[in-house]
Amino acid sequence: MHIHFLDPYRPLRSPVHELDARVKFVLTLAFIVTCSLTPVAAWPAYVLLGAIVLSVEILSGLGVTYVLKRAALALPFALAAFPVIFTAEGRELFSISMGALSLQATVEGLERFASIVLKSWLSVQAAIVMAASSPFPELLQAMRAVGVPRMLVAMFGLMWRYLFVLVDEALRLMRARAARSGHASEPGARPGGSALWRARVAGGMAGSLLLRAFERSERIYAAMLARGYDGETRSLPLARISFTARLILIAGLVLLLVLLLLGTAFGA
Amino acid sequence: MLNSPFQPMHIPDGFLSAVVSLVLWMISVPLIGYALKRVGQDLGERQVPVMGVLAAAIFAGQMLNFSVTGGTSGHLLGAALATMLLGPWAAVVVLTTVVSIQALIFQDGGLLALGPNLFNMALVGVAVAHFVYSSIRRLAPAKPAGLFIGGVLAAWTSIVIASLACALELVLSGTSPANLAIPAMAGIHMLIGLGEAAITLGAIAFLYTARHDVLQPNGAAQRGSVAVWVGGAAISAALAILSPLASAHPDGLEWVARQQGFLKAARHPIYQLIPDYVLPGIPNDALATILAGIIGALLVFGTALGVAYARRSNTNR
Amino acid sequence: MHHSIEIESLSFCYPDGHAALEDISLRIAPGEKVALVGPNGAGKSTLILHLNGILTGTGRVTVSGLPVQPPNLGRVRAAVGMVFQNPEDQLFSPTVYDDVAFGPIYQGFPADKVEERVRAALASVGMGGYARRVSHHLSMGEKKSIAIATVLSMEPEVLVLDEPTAGLDPRARRTLINRLQELPMTMLVSSHDLAMVREAFPRVLIMDQGRIVADGQSAELLADEALLHAHGLELM
Repeated sequence: MHIHFLDPYRPLRSPVHELDARVKFVLTLAFIVTCSLTPVAAWPAYVLLGAIVLSVEILSGLGVTYVLKRAALALPFALAAFPVIFTAEGRELFSISMGALSLQATVEGLERFASIVLKSWLSVQAAIVMAASSPFPELLQAMRAVGVPRMLVAMFGLMWRYLFVLVDEALRLMRARAARSGHASEPGARPGGSALWRARVAGGMAGSLLLRAFERSERIYAAMLARGYDGETRSLPLARISFTARLILIAGLVLLLVLLLLGTAFGA
Repeated sequence: MLNSPFQPMHIPDGFLSAVVSLVLWMISVPLIGYALKRVGQDLGERQVPVMGVLAAAIFAGQMLNFSVTGGTSGHLLGAALATMLLGPWAAVVVLTTVVSIQALIFQDGGLLALGPNLFNMALVGVAVAHFVYSSIRRLAPAKPAGLFIGGVLAAWTSIVIASLACALELVLSGTSPANLAIPAMAGIHMLIGLGEAAITLGAIAFLYTARHDVLQPNGAAQRGSVAVWVGGAAISAALAILSPLASAHPDGLEWVARQQGFLKAARHPIYQLIPDYVLPGIPNDALATILAGIIGALLVFGTALGVAYARRSNTNR
Repeated sequence: MHHSIEIESLSFCYPDGHAALEDISLRIAPGEKVALVGPNGAGKSTLILHLNGILTGTGRVTVSGLPVQPPNLGRVRAAVGMVFQNPEDQLFSPTVYDDVAFGPIYQGFPADKVEERVRAALASVGMGGYARRVSHHLSMGEKKSIAIATVLSMEPEVLVLDEPTAGLDPRARRTLINRLQELPMTMLVSSHDLAMVREAFPRVLIMDQGRIVADGQSAELLADEALLHAHGLELM
């Protein structure tokens, strides 16, 4: 089965994969909220949260390296928080002087920065595990279960369905552009044209994609009409959540609540 | 890895405080809900296929890059383009779909942070684009130049103003100092905005020749978007004025500092019951961390052993 | 007993003025297997889109005894299973099951009946094990078969297919032709694949420039080289 390079779902057999996607969705959100509410410098809580997410990664069979590699992609944003090391008030750690500029790093600042990075890093790992262990159609059902309007879920479903098709189209356009991006060997010819021209070419490609999408949506609409579509989003009722899954859900939520309380006890 | 390139406006989880996130969720959800209703009225039965497929097209369009210099590349967000083609309400729905799927599947932006990200890109981005675009079109209704200039300015402005909203959220969460975050975000996005404007120009130019009619959304989509126009104008004004004011404060707004102090004060009475040092000489914090480390390590190794054992007994069977 | 498809004096003009159909009349009896052939631009696809009311022209179109008009469109679309040329546009749901279940869900059936219909439809095109698959991952032949299943689940009286063998390799084409021959319902197929028409469709309608220029037995008409040539066709 050919898996599109963009699709994060890895079809494996593991207890995490088998767990009801609705439960996974709620637990992932609860985990992220817990990370968010855990105070700065509540190290015991962060350690335990990290252990939990690491254990789930192992249990899921996805491979810790795989998850950590994907998680690293979100880290560059940490640059936005970096200055807080020097701007928070507190006990001084060290100073840097560069000419007229002098910066004072504080313990509190460093703790704050580390906490932000930890919160972010743990949250994104949880999200990756959820996305990689749940087929997207099941995530759509999870969204329905938590109350996202049916119409919006239907649009998400359609976007996902045609995402890969249109990305392939975009890649083909880029490949065609590359195939025509040769360099003349004559002197005086400036390869690549101007940046503005290149932007316009990319824009033309975007416009072409949009246009084809419009026309495709007309055909899809006709196909929907042909099968009785009347504008209302209809779907089968969701299956009941099994007892085991419900048990896991409650246990998970309780565990996260306990960790949150623990975190508030030890936070700065 | 050919994922969407680093998007400086999609905020990951962990960078915004729970309060800021919650407030922005509470603002975004009703507005998006209303946009859904309006789109249902304007587009009727067609809305699901049109919105869904266009969202996919915008996402795919975001993969189209063009090299600016050396390593950097510019690429598209699409709020302005969507607004021009579909009108503001449909653009909100399309951008909501794009940003949500990006967060859910590709972790481009966090899940808790989805509310704020939707606010910045799907709401502010669209409102500002609509404000700029429709204002310019109204100034020069018949001239095609109005279309192009309007589109370019709408694209640039929407990116910059949305980035200001983003910066302000980071500041209010205590994540970034105002005097750095705001100018940095604004500066970076003024440059990124140029790329957005250029690609938008190219797209408009293409559509103008290929399917002229697509660029004149029907009256229904434009009607009653006065509210969006006002919203766009208000947000642009607010952020444009607020941002330089906020960046004058080196350590962020006092409000944030007070907020943190208040929380600290509230916590202490509850934990008076626990003695300061359970073990002589070792502060409770360090003790707790060590204990947590031990429990955590046990959990992780236990899981790893369990998985390895299960795998071995499966192959033995 | 009614005709499966009955068209009387149908004419249709596109908004830009192009006259696509001129005074079309035809009758197809239940169980008949009919092919519609003609050069590109003859109006075949346009004609087909009138059968379930996606396009409306002047004249009368009746399907399964129902006039194709707004109050009846729901029942008409359940009676006429339309399979479009590009399965990519027809498989729009996240999973195969969702796509095949779409029709019965909109017909209002309860969950267990929907399940039954889906199972039966997939089985009749030989795609029984594909319910949980994601459409994007399938081959062209598989997609075309599933696309047929998506309309079979509504148990239509008439099956209409636009270019069913286009884009298929010889093996997938053979599989599809065999499957079409096993299906019992009335069938109208629009195709350039004259070899398939001669093999599986006893009656053929030749269209050219918006009109029906010939209507008769395939064995006869497809052997008439002059007739074929006059209308841009060739038996390859």
